[in-house]
Amino acid sequence: MTDKKHMIIDGQIVNFDEEQNILAVIRKAGIDLPTFCYYSELSIYGACRMCVVEDEWGGIIASCSTPPRDKMKIKTNTPQLFRYRKMILELLLASHCRDCTTCAKNGKCRLQELALRFGIDNVRFENTKKQEEIDDSALSIIRDSSKCILCGDCVRMCSEIQNVGAIDFAYRGSNMTVSTAFNKPLTETNCVNCGQCASVCPTGAIVIRNCTQKFWDAIYDDTKRVVVQFAPAVRVALGDEFGLEPGTNVAGKIVGALRKMGVDEVYDTTMGADLTVMEESKEFVKKYKSGTKLPLFTSCCPAWVKYAEHAHPELVEQISTCKSPMQIFSAVIKEHFKQVQEVDGKETVVFAIMPCTAKKDEQVRPEFLHGDGSRDTDGVITTQEFASILKQAGIVFEDIDPEAADMPFGITTGAGVIFGVTGGVAEAVIRRVVDDKSNNMLHNIAYTGVRGMEGIKEASIPYGDGRVKIAVVNGLANAEKLIEQIEIGEAEYDFVEVMACPGGCIAGAGQPFTRREGKEDRAKGLYDADKLSQVKRSEENPVMMGLYGGILKNKIHELLHVDYSKGEENAK
Amino acid sequence: MDNEEMKQTLDGILKEHPKKSEIIPILQAVQKEYRYLPEEALCYVAEKLHVGEAKIYSIATFYENFSLEPKGKYVIKICDGTACHVRKSIPILEALRKKLGLSEQKKTTDDMLYTVETVSCLGACGLAPVLTVNDKVYPTMTPDSACELIDTLK
Repeated sequence: MTDKKHMIIDGQIVNFDEEQNILAVIRKAGIDLPTFCYYSELSIYGACRMCVVEDEWGGIIASCSTPPRDKMKIKTNTPQLFRYRKMILELLLASHCRDCTTCAKNGKCRLQELALRFGIDNVRFENTKKQEEIDDSALSIIRDSSKCILCGDCVRMCSEIQNVGAIDFAYRGSNMTVSTAFNKPLTETNCVNCGQCASVCPTGAIVIRNCTQKFWDAIYDDTKRVVVQFAPAVRVALGDEFGLEPGTNVAGKIVGALRKMGVDEVYDTTMGADLTVMEESKEFVKKYKSGTKLPLFTSCCPAWVKYAEHAHPELVEQISTCKSPMQIFSAVIKEHFKQVQEVDGKETVVFAIMPCTAKKDEQVRPEFLHGDGSRDTDGVITTQEFASILKQAGIVFEDIDPEAADMPFGITTGAGVIFGVTGGVAEAVIRRVVDDKSNNMLHNIAYTGVRGMEGIKEASIPYGDGRVKIAVVNGLANAEKLIEQIEIGEAEYDFVEVMACPGGCIAGAGQPFTRREGKEDRAKGLYDADKLSQVKRSEENPVMMGLYGGILKNKIHELLHVDYSKGEENAK
Repeated sequence: MDNEEMKQTLDGILKEHPKKSEIIPILQAVQKEYRYLPEEALCYVAEKLHVGEAKIYSIATFYENFSLEPKGKYVIKICDGTACHVRKSIPILEALRKKLGLSEQKKTTDDMLYTVETVSCLGACGLAPVLTVNDKVYPTMTPDSACELIDTLK
């Protein structure tokens, strides 16, 4: 016997310490107890009952909502428990649309996976569920309640982590559904398109809109020059889809694969991030010195911009006027190819591979619609969609040789690559703003407090005669907390970086789903890429000089900036 | 909100119940005022309490007693608790629905005069089968007496 606090799980002694519930102890013991409604970062709901275990008296308890007790004896696998789990699955399947082969979640559905695992070969009950219309009003998210199992993961994600609350349960008993207020289409709610609901949805009830066909249509069209840019966070997550170690950087393979598929030009969005750093730093220093109302909020995250528009219209004018790196880069690419287009007659279309679902909505914002009906970015594909494109093309990912991105935008910096993780934008801007450009300072910046997975981080750096106070938040509920503190005067900052997704873009809803450890691996992947890059600061990127002396001349405002506070007036 | 009169009424209710935890009493007061929960009233309450519209909608749809549809001048509730049910409340319901041209889905007449709905138990089992019209109790009803009652209401 041991002196430590322990439980006896299926006859084995398992120590526990800080675990909040039996389920965590069971999983630590290497037993994969099935669940639908349990995520450690969300509150415990206890609805699905798949995690039930038997105590020593034969009683049934839900392991997710029972704290561990010393010397507690439980069994996780008995004939009774097996029968219960099978019955739960059969009942869930009874009121569930079972058109698996045409479902967007096919192959990634938790319900499908568990039905297979428990050998459900027959559903005895008739489906009496009322069929609701599919809500495909939004460009990012599609809701189909006929596939909903009422686990509530989306509801808790939306309200607890994002403080949006666009969806909630409605009605009760057998009539219960997950619904928007008054069952309005998602576009008429305060949804910010972050897609985190879809990332935790175990079934196909909430999925991300698929734009892969649009990409193929462009590839097959000889009159089009297809240009693809891919975001920093994509490179450290795509490997998950092909069985690589979490956090493996596959940037070179992405370029190689895109060329193989017939994409004309491949660029790294990191270059766009460098332009964002240049412009945002300039804007910040100007505002800081002139005493304009601070903090300056970052503008890279379209879900955050939308959130501010809905919940804090008074703050929109404090959001940086820089377009997001994707939009900046698309505008620059289009401008660059304007002359080439006149010669070869090919229309330039820009696709962006993004970790993000809100980018699908950002791309069509009225601010980015030009007079001739064209847009900066023509299509947004998530990391997961890109993985399926690769599979459709029959590309064997492990056989792809890494290649370098095209010139003239192919040179990137470490500052740009860390944009994909919470704290990265702030760190890149600090590198640009501080006067001390020594390696020692570079090292010190990393330890100012901007790095790490915490929801709210603070840093302060020397600047001029004083210090610049910086806050970094991820998760919109954390952003809300910070804004409240600023409003009541409890906190004061000069610069605030906001990323809507918990952990930053590396955990965007377009990425393969990962839990906390996976996020840390992805963050490490990006910081390692930064370490290996010869150029660490955006202003030292040789491409910048060419751009500012070339196509950006007299076009900085038009190509790189946007004023969200003007709303639809921006439509050109 | 454009409706100045409704705004004043709601502000009055919110003054009485200023806290987030008082959503149910607020909704009850709103329903008492308008005989149902108008959408714009719920949105206004959500905004003032800093609660999501979807959350308020969730609460309003959970309870049978709240209605998001405007109700008629006379709300007729037919008790279908166990005692009333065995003493034949369903034929009363069917007779009233037939007389007024209503159904399970359509609960209120187009002239906004009558709403017919069931209720699980009114706690007056000794008087079964029982119905209420705007909270006034009518005991030991039959399909015929219920229809006669409707005629007297006009």
